[in-house]
Amino acid sequence: MYDFNYHRPSSLDEAVTLLGQGEDVKVLAGGHTLLPTMKQRLAAPSDVVDLSRIAALKGIEATEGAVRIGAATSHADVAASGEVRNRIPALAALAARIGDPHVRNRGTLGGSIANNDPNADYPAACLALGATIVTTKREIAADDFFVDMFETALDEDEIVTRVDFPVPRRAGYAKFPNPASRYALVGVFVAEGGDGIRAAVTGAGPCVFRVPEMEAALGHDFSPAALEGIKVDAGGLNADIHASADYRAHLVGVMARRAVEAALEGR
Amino acid sequence: MARDTGIGARVKRVEDQRFITGKGRYTADLNRPGQAHAAFVRSPHAHAKVGSIDKASAMEVPGVLAVFTGEDLAADEVGALPCGWAITSKDGSPMVAPGHPCLAQGKVRYVGDPVAVVIGETLSAARGGAEALEVEYEELPAVVDLDAAQSSDAPLVHDEAARNTAFEWELGDKAATEEAFAKARHVTRIDLVNNRLVPNAMEPRAAVGEYDSGTDGFTLYTTSQNPHVARLVMSAFLNIAPEHKLRVIAPDVGGGFGSKIYVYPEETVCVWASSKVDRPVKWTCDRAEAFLSDAHGRDHLTHAELALDEQGKILGLRIKTKANVGGYLNLFASSVPTYLYATLLSGQYDIPAIYAEVDAVYTNTTPVDAYRGAGRPEATFVVERLIEVAARETGMDPAEFRRRNFVTSFPHQTPVIMMYDAGDYAASLDKALELIDYSGFAQRKSQAAREGKLRGIGFSTYIEACGIAPSQAVGSLGAGVGLWESAEVRVNPVGTVEVLTGSHSHGQGHETTFAQLVADRLGIPMTNVAIVHGDTDKVQFGMGTYGSRSGAVGMSAISVALDRVVAKAKKVAAHLLEASEGDIEFKDGQFTVSGTDRSIDWTSVALNAYTAHGFPSADLEPGLKEGAFYDPTNFTFPAGCHICELEIDADTGHTRIVNWVAVDDFGEIINPMIVEGQVHGGIAQGVGQALLEHTVYDESGQLVSGSFMDYTMPRADDLPSFSLDFTVTRCPSNPLGIKGCGEAGAIAAPAAVINAITDAVGHEDVAMPATAEAVWQAIRKSPAREAAE
Amino acid sequence: MTSVSMTVNGKPASGEVEPRTLLVDFLREHLRLTGTHVGCDTSQCGACVVHVDGTAVKSCTTLALQCEGADVLTIEGLAQGDQLHPMQEAFREHHALQCGFCTPGMIMSAIDIINRHGGVPDETTIRHELEGNLCRCTGYHNIVKAVIAGGEAMAPGRAAAE
Repeated sequence: MYDFNYHRPSSLDEAVTLLGQGEDVKVLAGGHTLLPTMKQRLAAPSDVVDLSRIAALKGIEATEGAVRIGAATSHADVAASGEVRNRIPALAALAARIGDPHVRNRGTLGGSIANNDPNADYPAACLALGATIVTTKREIAADDFFVDMFETALDEDEIVTRVDFPVPRRAGYAKFPNPASRYALVGVFVAEGGDGIRAAVTGAGPCVFRVPEMEAALGHDFSPAALEGIKVDAGGLNADIHASADYRAHLVGVMARRAVEAALEGR
Repeated sequence: MARDTGIGARVKRVEDQRFITGKGRYTADLNRPGQAHAAFVRSPHAHAKVGSIDKASAMEVPGVLAVFTGEDLAADEVGALPCGWAITSKDGSPMVAPGHPCLAQGKVRYVGDPVAVVIGETLSAARGGAEALEVEYEELPAVVDLDAAQSSDAPLVHDEAARNTAFEWELGDKAATEEAFAKARHVTRIDLVNNRLVPNAMEPRAAVGEYDSGTDGFTLYTTSQNPHVARLVMSAFLNIAPEHKLRVIAPDVGGGFGSKIYVYPEETVCVWASSKVDRPVKWTCDRAEAFLSDAHGRDHLTHAELALDEQGKILGLRIKTKANVGGYLNLFASSVPTYLYATLLSGQYDIPAIYAEVDAVYTNTTPVDAYRGAGRPEATFVVERLIEVAARETGMDPAEFRRRNFVTSFPHQTPVIMMYDAGDYAASLDKALELIDYSGFAQRKSQAAREGKLRGIGFSTYIEACGIAPSQAVGSLGAGVGLWESAEVRVNPVGTVEVLTGSHSHGQGHETTFAQLVADRLGIPMTNVAIVHGDTDKVQFGMGTYGSRSGAVGMSAISVALDRVVAKAKKVAAHLLEASEGDIEFKDGQFTVSGTDRSIDWTSVALNAYTAHGFPSADLEPGLKEGAFYDPTNFTFPAGCHICELEIDADTGHTRIVNWVAVDDFGEIINPMIVEGQVHGGIAQGVGQALLEHTVYDESGQLVSGSFMDYTMPRADDLPSFSLDFTVTRCPSNPLGIKGCGEAGAIAAPAAVINAITDAVGHEDVAMPATAEAVWQAIRKSPAREAAE
Repeated sequence: MTSVSMTVNGKPASGEVEPRTLLVDFLREHLRLTGTHVGCDTSQCGACVVHVDGTAVKSCTTLALQCEGADVLTIEGLAQGDQLHPMQEAFREHHALQCGFCTPGMIMSAIDIINRHGGVPDETTIRHELEGNLCRCTGYHNIVKAVIAGGEAMAPGRAAAE
């Protein structure tokens, strides 16, 4: 790892100021993406801004019709949160299966979505639940936030502060993990909310995406059977040593059915 | 003495205290005063000529002390790493085995091949220098695909090795085998891939080389399974230092599985460079480097055939195997696909005729050598897949088919060198069938089907040749060394005992099992016994630990040395008791004059051996210390039956093992707790090979599966708890009756898993690793499904 | 260089470190607590697991500076004098280690599992919870047994409220 200047701001304002200084400033949340990348010398930031001491970024709050989760809240805290478990159990279940226990203890919601790894779990939840990503500058709808592989709508000097998840009528998440890394080989989050059904897929493509045919079918009949026969085109899906595009396309169907089952069972 | 520490007792391990409290002492834990750090510059190309190396580019990095290249090694006449087992091709020509330079000499032959070393004040400085070092490469076309490597238009890895072939070897009677196939009623034919594995001991390799200019002597701390072999190779072949000026210490070693048998470039360079910079030089491998530079395992392509008569008796077996040896023929690499492989092709079966052909093939990939089982897992996979497929093709129950063909009388001479000395294969099969409730399987299968799961059951009645090995036998087959083991038993004046062994423990628990033997034989508490290993200054010589040899060979050496100690102690006791030596009996730590109540205890004899007051000068020397070099009379033949029962999620192809039964015959068992642990770990590695572990190179020779993010290591939730039991036929070929247990699980498991998956999906076209996608594809090809569609 | 101070195994520990210094390197090289191991460079193997403020983390993926003021517990801090922690005892009793290299991280994770579940979860849950720790020797069979036994000894009679 190359050396860098380390900053530990205690307020968001201070953090934003630091982001504007230095030639290549990176935000350190849980560190579980940034630090491995830096260890491999694939990233060499001049400055690292550690957000872990900013109290405003932490915590889970229930509001009318939504659950607000601070960006620096760990996956473990989301998984264990009574608010999340009661109101959006699928989100708690998703958080409980990210990485491994140590990753969940350090990794954060904000870090995950700001990185937008194509195999990360949270983007599927944000997109399917129609979440709003709140930053130091603005509020961004999940539909607009996830732009492309490792690319988001965030500006260089913009920090995710929290994510507001509307409470759905029902939702479910099913994931087929990559056996080596335990990231999602394919994960599908299905939610029925105020503006209808949304089905979001992670792991399969370069960026999280929705499947309109599935959403339409589930709109008529919210059951696994409704998804029978809906095929996702393998063209454009990821293919690597872990799975072909065809297999990923197939798994999207299987995981979608299982996500619906989970939604119906309320888990 | 207390029987709860004797042979056969489940004694808790002596070594655990330090490991569970964080006080283990591994090589990377050592810091020597004034040490510098080494970082290796490795080839980014699979095949290239190395042009100029601009040392100044690295020397400019602050903290860099020195840069060395192959030229510097050559100037000091440091030799290349040799292959230590000579194989002769079927046309009589010797194998083609150019040595592996510790730092490239003009050419690199795999991604990761060491090109230069940078020595820095700190690790960061060394790594910074390594990154800055400018090396010119002229890329050459690479050969990566084993199947294509022998074609006439393939690029040559070594100019000397035509068609990239190191040797074309054969074993067995070709004519007799052809005759057997000519009269066969049925012939089963299969093509198999034995997938390449990366060993991945949890402790990455590490080394600290230290030169003492005062004595002109070197010390090397290293992660080795056999420090004496390391010293021998470094002295005799690499010209680092003569043996009496080179001390090699292998302290706590965090797993080996074969990968730490070999002498590697990095440790050699560290010890050499320590004299150049006159500072201790430390290197710690990171995992990414380990993936590229630890010797890999397996990697065979095999066509196999089995000839049967009308009663389902086996008439003959023949195979043709291509073994990928990677860019160089590594230290034991030539023996693995030959004498450790084809000699086991008779399995547990009475097969009248066997013929094997093996080509060892160079490719631009990491060298391949022995990995847990080494040749025997490959053989077992061939035999047990053939047997299972043959049973299915002929409509016989696979258990019954095996039983019909088992060897039942001993000794049994196979057509492929081995003389099986003892076994009862039906006994372990019967016990395993009972434990898994074989008769209830059909019902479990239909129950699973109702839940949308495909259930399958698979057998592996494996055999291995362990206790490696009789020196004369291996010498006649080309080995460059003898494979005996040494022991020295030193009794202190207070009666405590130190045992110096040439075996090396890196997880096997020798400090416990070896002490059990000593305590049992001498009638003293285990706490009064210390097992000393892993230091060439303490132990005079030894051949190390691999090939499940430490019990059968290493402990046998201790047993012989103990006999000698007791014989000497009896002389002392006879003198003290004023009796004739022949009248002294030794039992439970007491020397007694036969037929009397006159006795003296162990401690008193030990003390008197050193006070030596009144010893008759000529007949009785003072002291109590004896040694032995034990050379086994035969290989040992552990065998058993593993049965895997699994369920496949038809929607995803994901396989879950629901039941695993292993009934092994390891001969006499010193400590069942430790033996069970060895079996558990072996099964996990075998299951890893069968289901998860996939070593993938791209066409240009880049290792794509080069980290734990991409190479699937078995985790706790990939595995079940295992049901283990044992049968015992005593091994007649060593004094303790031990056969060995370290590799059995890894040898047995792959075939059991694949036999179960092919049973579940209903056809034989499933290759390893049977990843979820591979199984999903196999389900789509299954005859039942195709018929339905 | 930057100063860092934390509590390690109940004692104050401080040092001057480069910002890039990982917690594991601070423990191993500055404090010479070499019981915490490094087995990979991608945060997968778990040989480096320690507790930071009561939760299990991978010390190879944590900067020492992130632990400023934190309470760090390593394998060396588990035993009270000669009295082993029940999980250490269980690992020995059930032969849950062979080469010992993964063991410190495995024990620290095991204790964390029991702490988080408030008792002993079922075998399936334990196997799932161990997914951040690799062992190449034991096949996990005896590790699972040890976690159950160690958990029972830590909190007798308490099955986890799953």
